[in-house]
Amino acid sequence: MKSRNLIIFGLVVLAIAPQVLPTFQVTLLNYIGLYALVVLGLVLLTGVGGMTSFGQAAFVGLGAYSTAYLTTTEQLPSWLAWSAGSPWVGLLIGLLLTAAVALFLGALTLKLSGHYLPLGTIAWGISLYYLFGTMSSMGGHTGISGLPSLSLFGVLLDKGEKIYYLIWAILMLAVWITSNLLNSREGRAIRALKGGQLMAESMGVNTFRSKMVIFLISALFAAISGWLYAHTQRFVNPTPFGLSMGIDYLFMALVGGVGSVWGALLGAGILTMLKQWLQDWLPLIMGGNGQYESIVLGLLIIFMMQRSPGGIWPLLVKFAPASWRNQDHIKINPSATELSRRELPQKGKLVLEACNVTRRFGGLIANNEMNLQLHAGEVLALIGPNGAGKSTMFNQLSAVDTPNDGEVLFLNQSLKGKSSRQVAQMGMSRTFQHVKLLTSMTVLENVALGAHMRGNKGIISSALHLERDEEQRLLKESQYQLERVGLGEHLYTEAGSLSLGQQRILEIARALCADPCVLLLDEPAAGLRHQEKQALAELLKKLREEGLAILLVEHDMDFVMNLADRIVVMEFGEKIAEGLPEEIQTNPAVLEAYLGGVE
Amino acid sequence: MNFQIATLLGQDGLTNGAIYALLALSILLVFTVTRILLIPLGEFVTFGALTMAAMQMGKAPKLEWLLLGLVLIDCALDLYQQIKHHIDRNKMKKIALKLGYAFVMIGLLNNLSLAEIPMACQVLLTLCLIVPLGPIMYRLFFQPLADAPALVLLIVSIALHVAMVGVGLLLFGPEGARTQPFSDTGFRLGTVMLKSQTLWVILVSIFLIVTLFIAFERTLYGKALRATAVNRMGARLQGISPVFAGKATFALAAFIGSASGILIAPITTLYYDSGFIISLKGFVGAIIGGLVSYPIAAIGAVAVGMIEAFSMFWASNYKEIIVFTLIIPFLIWRSMNSHHVEDDE
Repeated sequence: MKSRNLIIFGLVVLAIAPQVLPTFQVTLLNYIGLYALVVLGLVLLTGVGGMTSFGQAAFVGLGAYSTAYLTTTEQLPSWLAWSAGSPWVGLLIGLLLTAAVALFLGALTLKLSGHYLPLGTIAWGISLYYLFGTMSSMGGHTGISGLPSLSLFGVLLDKGEKIYYLIWAILMLAVWITSNLLNSREGRAIRALKGGQLMAESMGVNTFRSKMVIFLISALFAAISGWLYAHTQRFVNPTPFGLSMGIDYLFMALVGGVGSVWGALLGAGILTMLKQWLQDWLPLIMGGNGQYESIVLGLLIIFMMQRSPGGIWPLLVKFAPASWRNQDHIKINPSATELSRRELPQKGKLVLEACNVTRRFGGLIANNEMNLQLHAGEVLALIGPNGAGKSTMFNQLSAVDTPNDGEVLFLNQSLKGKSSRQVAQMGMSRTFQHVKLLTSMTVLENVALGAHMRGNKGIISSALHLERDEEQRLLKESQYQLERVGLGEHLYTEAGSLSLGQQRILEIARALCADPCVLLLDEPAAGLRHQEKQALAELLKKLREEGLAILLVEHDMDFVMNLADRIVVMEFGEKIAEGLPEEIQTNPAVLEAYLGGVE
Repeated sequence: MNFQIATLLGQDGLTNGAIYALLALSILLVFTVTRILLIPLGEFVTFGALTMAAMQMGKAPKLEWLLLGLVLIDCALDLYQQIKHHIDRNKMKKIALKLGYAFVMIGLLNNLSLAEIPMACQVLLTLCLIVPLGPIMYRLFFQPLADAPALVLLIVSIALHVAMVGVGLLLFGPEGARTQPFSDTGFRLGTVMLKSQTLWVILVSIFLIVTLFIAFERTLYGKALRATAVNRMGARLQGISPVFAGKATFALAAFIGSASGILIAPITTLYYDSGFIISLKGFVGAIIGGLVSYPIAAIGAVAVGMIEAFSMFWASNYKEIIVFTLIIPFLIWRSMNSHHVEDDE
């Protein structure tokens, strides 16, 4: 609870500040607030989502110019005349324009690999800067002056000390919204973007949508900052919206700590003060009046990236006493209503079928005319020596990859053209051979990601925390699945600190959280100790009893023989045997594949 | 527009396009080998042009102090490592060589009457001054981050660009500069007047591109770099040092950058901060090549130059906007053709 006291203390200081500080300092605080709002968006985009944008300054410009145009043009075009030059309409139009541009840029670049978004936003930032500079209706390079002050509840915010409260209130609101969003179902999907996209898609997360959402939010924050800037300054020109300011915003985020909402504030504060200070002192040392602070800032960022890529905030947190750190986890309400479960297919019913599946990689045939059937209430093991094509087969079955010939039928539907996300929604859930966890998130949050598809509350209710009921139900389900697999004691442990065996079990809990009817397990027993293996076998037997269909790719023969109902053996991409465990153990082809033929 | 104007614009476009093509190629090279998007490439261009200009005015280019400073830091780090581990005679010799090189360069630059020596010598001195900056910068700024996520590399690249623009202002001042053309003669081809510098730019660019191609196809070092580009870990297991690959590509990038600067300095006035826009146009070419294909990137870059020249005629105010919106159709096309969700490194 200490952290809450700290926040209240901070708010009180913020409220008193303009009453006691001289005007110059208040102006500086206003700028810090305006910058922090933009940087907050970048924290969401870069620190959480793993993407980056150099075009934030241009979004700020869009917000500022929209309102500047609307509130100063004497003869508005007829279709805008109804607005009567109100700054609030200016805000609305700025937000709409920004959203449109962000959606367009996002649609272009977010599906592509990492580098296209930053390059695209650089191009966008430069283009908009030149556009503002050349359009005469926007005042060209001289800009637009004479913007009206904002007035709120009849109070005219015409002085720095007055608009200060509006700026910081909006900033605090944005911080609140952002942290709410990150602690929600949608937030988990967003946090999975950095390094877990493949896994998240398999859990039914639309990663493209999540990327778009945070790109949009960060652009809108920037536009609001621009609107506030325009009415604080009451003058706009293109300079503060150019690419170099876009780079500065990113630097602020990096210096402060790109992984935390408070890092945004810290970074905006430090960099604004540092710049002010450098601009005062460097010309005295170096002579002349160039912008030498850019040398210091550039080198500082390089040094930080080499030594402390997480920024200053995590360092501060490390030095803070342990009791100050946020230790209170979300409480799970035991009386939350359970999530509805899907009706499992009748036992013995065919649920997953591969028909003549062939997959070629150039000249290599990884799967050749493979056939297999999986029924509800059955454990089917897929075994074979290394390089037999099991993993490729696994990818075909889970729609991560598409076969060249043949097809996979899941619940009588062909998987051709389906994404792994759609397949997940149809009721197939999987684990990964190389464990894919979000290592810095808690075990509970990792598992809750599996239940993503079972919630439907969107971004807005997440941001306002109106979805706490549903969140409780999701968390309760996650807790139930974790207890079921034997990880009930580790709910709030960081997933990365579990042993490899436990991480594999965690993946099974996550897959179960999706309430599947087919479970695909890729080497679940690897790295497990004997007793853990027995517990796992018990669990899988219980799931089979409940009517789940389980496909298992595994190397541990003891484990397989004691558990599987039927076994399919692969070698060189082909099926060489299929049958009951006892039959497989005596099958000459299998013996030859595993032990070599009798010479 | 008449034929006369069209040929003039075409020449301009081709000249700029050839430079953008060179830059696009080195951007691609650095990117595929090291995963770094070399934003500061443009600063090598301006450093090259402004150093040439300083020499032609008979001044010792102040860039020598940057070289000396970086070499000193580099050697200090080397020495520190030597003391920490064990002293290796070969390494010590290398340190002495590096220091010697820097001091010889400074000696030459301050004692020759730079304005009088033949232009070829000025070019050589400029290249000798700037090319070593590439590998040293790689070693100081990027080598400690070789395994970092691509995003971190991009950020360092941008930060280096910002710092280098500041250094450019400090060393060269805010005034723009233009150098003397390589030769004064012009050529007449039918009714078309060809500017000699245009021919120089195009011929040197073609020569460099062909040389690069041969070097990469036919020599062992070229093959080593290509191997690194294809599979970094695999190349490492074959005994190709990633540090060597990084330094070599940076040297090449610094060379191509400064050579481009020297080539265009007689045509356009360059300022300390002109480099960014120039390298970004190289980036547009590289994006058109999808950050993988060399020939498409080169063609794309030439197209950028042409479109830039012609939009100068029709809508000169919107020139930059038109050039940067060029990437949109390519992004759309690439976006339509990408299905798979991939995890970033």
